[in-house]
Amino acid sequence: MRFTRPALRRFTSSLFVIVTAAMTAATTAYADAVNVYSARQEALIKPMLDRFTEETGIEVNLITGDGDALLTRLRSEGRNSPADVLLTVDAGRLYRAEEAGVLQPIESDYLEEHIPANLRDSDGNWFGLSVRARVIAYAKDRVDPAELSTYEALTDEQWRGRICVRSSGNIYNQSLVASMLSTQGEAATQAWTQGLVANFARPPQGGDRDQIKALAAGQCDIALVNSYYYGAMLQSDDPEEQAAAAEVSVFFPNQDGRGTHINVSGAGVTQSAKNVEEARALIEFLAGAEAQRWYAEANNEYPAITGVAPSALLESWGNFKADSVDVTELGRLNAQAVMAMDRAHWK
Amino acid sequence: MEIGSATLPTQALHRGRGSFGWRALLLVTAGLIAVPVLVIIASLFLGFSPVWQHLLDTVLQDYVVNSLLMMLGVGVGTLLLGVSAAWLTAMCEFPGRRVFNWALLLPMAMPAYIIAYTYTGMLDFSGPLQSALRAQFGWGYGDYYFPEIRSLGGAVCMLSLVLYPYVYLLVRVAFTEQSTAVLEASRSLGKGPWQTLFLVALPMARPAIVAGISLALMETLADFGTVDYFGVSVFTTGIFRTWYGLGELQTAAQLAAFLLLFVFVLFTLEQYSRRRLRFHHSGARQRPGRIVLQGWRGWCAAALALAIVSAGFLLPATQLASWASDRFGATDPTVFLGLVGSSFTLAAIASACCLLIALLLGYGKRLHPGPLEQQAARVSSMGYAVPGTVIAVGVLIPFAWMDNRVDALMREHFDISTGLLLSGTLVALVFAYVVRFLAVSLQSVESGLARIRPSIDESARSLGKRPLQVLQRIHLPMLRGSLITALLLVFVDVLKELPTTLILRPFNFNTLAVRTYELASDERLADAALPALAIVLIGLLPVILMTRTHSQGRA
Repeated sequence: MRFTRPALRRFTSSLFVIVTAAMTAATTAYADAVNVYSARQEALIKPMLDRFTEETGIEVNLITGDGDALLTRLRSEGRNSPADVLLTVDAGRLYRAEEAGVLQPIESDYLEEHIPANLRDSDGNWFGLSVRARVIAYAKDRVDPAELSTYEALTDEQWRGRICVRSSGNIYNQSLVASMLSTQGEAATQAWTQGLVANFARPPQGGDRDQIKALAAGQCDIALVNSYYYGAMLQSDDPEEQAAAAEVSVFFPNQDGRGTHINVSGAGVTQSAKNVEEARALIEFLAGAEAQRWYAEANNEYPAITGVAPSALLESWGNFKADSVDVTELGRLNAQAVMAMDRAHWK
Repeated sequence: MEIGSATLPTQALHRGRGSFGWRALLLVTAGLIAVPVLVIIASLFLGFSPVWQHLLDTVLQDYVVNSLLMMLGVGVGTLLLGVSAAWLTAMCEFPGRRVFNWALLLPMAMPAYIIAYTYTGMLDFSGPLQSALRAQFGWGYGDYYFPEIRSLGGAVCMLSLVLYPYVYLLVRVAFTEQSTAVLEASRSLGKGPWQTLFLVALPMARPAIVAGISLALMETLADFGTVDYFGVSVFTTGIFRTWYGLGELQTAAQLAAFLLLFVFVLFTLEQYSRRRLRFHHSGARQRPGRIVLQGWRGWCAAALALAIVSAGFLLPATQLASWASDRFGATDPTVFLGLVGSSFTLAAIASACCLLIALLLGYGKRLHPGPLEQQAARVSSMGYAVPGTVIAVGVLIPFAWMDNRVDALMREHFDISTGLLLSGTLVALVFAYVVRFLAVSLQSVESGLARIRPSIDESARSLGKRPLQVLQRIHLPMLRGSLITALLLVFVDVLKELPTTLILRPFNFNTLAVRTYELASDERLADAALPALAIVLIGLLPVILMTRTHSQGRA
């Protein structure tokens, strides 16, 4: 490699071209479009955004990333932020965005009519778009569903060394504990996390699919998982995943009480939005019947709006009673939940 | 190795015309690159929230202890693997040496979290190996011992396997550039090859070894994907837990700041401990005569090299390939080629920028070895020890602040809104890569420069050449190996880089690493295999290309 002058000049000039192109690209992309910051990953949102463009002619520009990181970007960009819509995969982030003042309330008769009040912000800052349930998965050959009842009962002596669950860094574990805090209070929740940790079969590790595989392999007998992972494994192209899921079934806890814990993915319009009308149209589209069915078919999530049936697979697990706690509470209590888990040494 | 006073008799030659320009350029560049790191450190002055008490009471001790254990483990692991591989390929002759020469670099192209996922798939309790064992012997859970892959030890193994190439590359260059005369002197004084290795070659290669291990350790401290998946609580997981879980960005930044200070102290101590040592040699540069390993010794050497390459690359790559082949049909080729193109371009631009800046800082420090220049170079390479997302925040805040200020001024005086000029563009992204990866190119350039005798500079300067001319005519040709290494390491690092890209990229801009991560984080390993494999393969191109030019240059 030699650093000759022409080579250096060529390099500098090509760098200049790329830099200019990038800069202009960034400043021209926003007209007649809606710009989305999405914590929902591309594969699980892009198809619906493309459908939206087909139907309305409005282009959608997308950046995906972690919810809190996107929120930080939104905050530091301030009023010049190009983002019009913030999409997240849990209510906690939406609550934080609202607290940080980066969302603006929007009025939409359609959204207010169709999305239940506990799945959206009362001021219209954000709306839940799909529902995930945190269920108990159990090994069919070793556990009789009659033994299962509530989350609270998981601390019983009979489950000593039989429970698998992922790390407490996971948002859905955090929101489950937050829902406990909201309904049972602090002392009971602390005792519950400690009792649960005492019943772990192994130190928390891996993701939700790994918990289901561990059930099938016999490492533990019950696990806390999100419903859609179980659905995805049942429908997987991978025969091993299918086989593992076939050994397992799911149970919806707390049916006689407050209901099974749920969290939502959702969206809000940003304070800085330049395309408020388009942004509202996009959120309404995502809450529309077509998109809601797609959430269910593509990712086994439950629809957030009333009147759309879940997918056939979800139907086959039976209807369940969902916890009616306001999902805003989950966001408010998230930090407290993490602290309770820290104190219980839930890794 | 000369050991003696650090004063050079001809230091006066280093000053002179053009000297102010170099210093100013060096300090300004280093200052700019240090901004994100300083933004993070500045968080220490913003007051401490009550969350600190909670952290101290509960989890902080775990974070610190586990991080130190990880560093110790990865340090020893990369040292053993990297130095033995470098010694074998640089100094010995054994069957297959020429292939292993570059094959030993292959694991570098493997992102740590990907190798973690693949090994978990193979070795986990529910994986094929253990399932087969259970079926064969009729065992159940708890009936037998099998090392738990998802553990601290497992994480150490995974990281050592993909990080040892840093040590290998830098140390191999150091070994091959060591004068044969010194090594032969050792042999003629009756020392065997082993004694020569431990008494002469290794101590002389110390800057390279330290540089390599420093990089490996900084990367270890910054790793999130592997430790998170394995459920190991280290400092990085603590930073993210505090930020995401507790919603305390400021406290998270403070944790990151303490991490930075720790790394800073560590490297200052190391440099202090060798402040009086010089590592260049005075003998002629000849191609060293290799120790020919005869018979079974040669085969043992080949087996060792093969074992390292298999564990770090062949096994996981085969697994990825078998997953990818199932999904190949489901991939849209134009989208895929787009990903390849954007990843490649980004990596090429960023590695070239890093190299230019590393040369500026490294050579500037050589021209003006003052304490200010020393610190400037060090501070601007701290970014490597910080998790990418945290660096991204450090870049995001000053860029957005500046853009908003410009916008406000323009609105006020000209009634024009300029919006965000640089935030959300590739400029900000490439800048972030430089902040994050400068350490890699700088370590490589510096350890190369350290092996060039200052008397060479002095002769050239006394013949009336300006510093830039000396750099161009003398140092660059002599540094070839180190420069190629610098370029290569950053290229592959950027290719694999995820968190910074994720948060700083412009709209609708994707890379292979982003695609891989999104699929893998949704636990769709099989779908993630194809982009992961593409990262590995593109990472291979420069590895092969550069090792070829590298060895040709030496022949």
